[in-house]
Amino acid sequence: MSYDVPRMAGEVDPELGGRRTGYPLWEVFVRADRGLTHVHAGSVHAPDAETAIQSARDVYTRRNEGVSIWVVPSSAIRASDPDAKGDWFDDDKPYRHPTFYEIPEEVGHM
Amino acid sequence: MTVTTGQEAFDTLIAAKQKIEPRDWMPEEYRRTMIRQIAQHAHSEVIGQQPEGNWITRAPSLRRKAILVAKVQDEAGHGLYLYSACETLGVARDELNELLHNGRQKYSSIFNYPTLSWADMGAIGWLVDGAAITNQVALTRTSYGPYARAMIRICKEESFHQRQGYEIMLTLARGTEAQKDMAQDALDRWWWPSLAMFGPPDDQSPHTEQSMRWGIKVETNDQLRQRFVDMTVPQAQFLGLEIPDPELAWNEERGHYDFGDIDWEDFWEVVKGNGPCNRDRIAHKVKAWEDGAWVREAALAHAAKRSAAAEPTANTVNAANTVNAANKELS
Ligand SMILES: [Fe+2]
Ligand SMILES: [Fe+2]
Repeated sequence: MSYDVPRMAGEVDPELGGRRTGYPLWEVFVRADRGLTHVHAGSVHAPDAETAIQSARDVYTRRNEGVSIWVVPSSAIRASDPDAKGDWFDDDKPYRHPTFYEIPEEVGHM
Repeated sequence: MTVTTGQEAFDTLIAAKQKIEPRDWMPEEYRRTMIRQIAQHAHSEVIGQQPEGNWITRAPSLRRKAILVAKVQDEAGHGLYLYSACETLGVARDELNELLHNGRQKYSSIFNYPTLSWADMGAIGWLVDGAAITNQVALTRTSYGPYARAMIRICKEESFHQRQGYEIMLTLARGTEAQKDMAQDALDRWWWPSLAMFGPPDDQSPHTEQSMRWGIKVETNDQLRQRFVDMTVPQAQFLGLEIPDPELAWNEERGHYDFGDIDWEDFWEVVKGNGPCNRDRIAHKVKAWEDGAWVREAALAHAAKRSAAAEPTANTVNAANTVNAANKELS
């Protein structure tokens, strides 16, 4: 398929170790408009925060996608355990949702 | 509570057509396939700047020049979205650069053909970006989350690429005899390589089946190629240009266009590195990387110096705390 190069006979995938060199990685958050939150857009490599913001502008807001940019060193992000879904994000309390309650029709919209 | 293994959780997500995210368990082969595909896609966007970059200084008007600059800049952006998607799989950017430079990872063969006339800017936008869109729209449904998100961003931007290319073709096709000939010549040279972009026929793509099972590929090479042909033939007719395929004909029964055989021998030659521009493209890329080395080093040294200077010493932190406490008491 396009941009995909078919495998050649005998092709072996290179070993990749994730060796980090060069510019550090920054996560980019863009606020699309006033009144909205900053949303994660992607990441850029840059030597410092100012350059990261400049690159983020070029990479993620070429068409008016934002009015404000945050950059955060990727190494500063801490994430929850990806396997903890069941216990952590449970939803066994239906009474927390409005649909749990029956209101007679005569009462009207509530 | 039932304990599920990584494999079971992965299979369940794939079966439910849900996305796989970076920190999920995934089969090693899935990770490898994904890295290879995203990296080569990224490399294609980056190298893909060269054939069009070749014409920026010779664009026929300021309008065309501004458009071409914006398009080439978009392609650089596409490369960057994809590299960052690839990095979520635990690969470093420098590693990917290195693999492109030393030829262990490739980019789409379409960019190993030369751009000989201005009409090639039209043919590339219309056909090459058109083929890429056909493929990338399907890939917005791919199973790896970061790749799918990059595809959605890219697809939003690609539409302008194809339209500006078609507009160039239309202008030439409605121009002088010489301009029309130039447009026809570009179509003649780009038609077959564009069809080959979709990759070998399904019965010669041994990896398609696994990729489909994992939701990496959503449609096969032949399905996508057929869609592209069906879409493009009427556009060529509108231009009054002739597609260089004597076997091209509408098949009433199938409801599709039939078309001739692609020269796969030529295709594999280009993949192997023997196309007209393979060596130039990589040499140019490596030179740009090496010429920029001192800038990268200087920027890092500057950043290190500045952050060392900004490091608050114990004394200044204490002083700031005292001021804060004093302010609080006053308020
Ligand atoms: Fe692109
Ligand atoms: Fe494009």
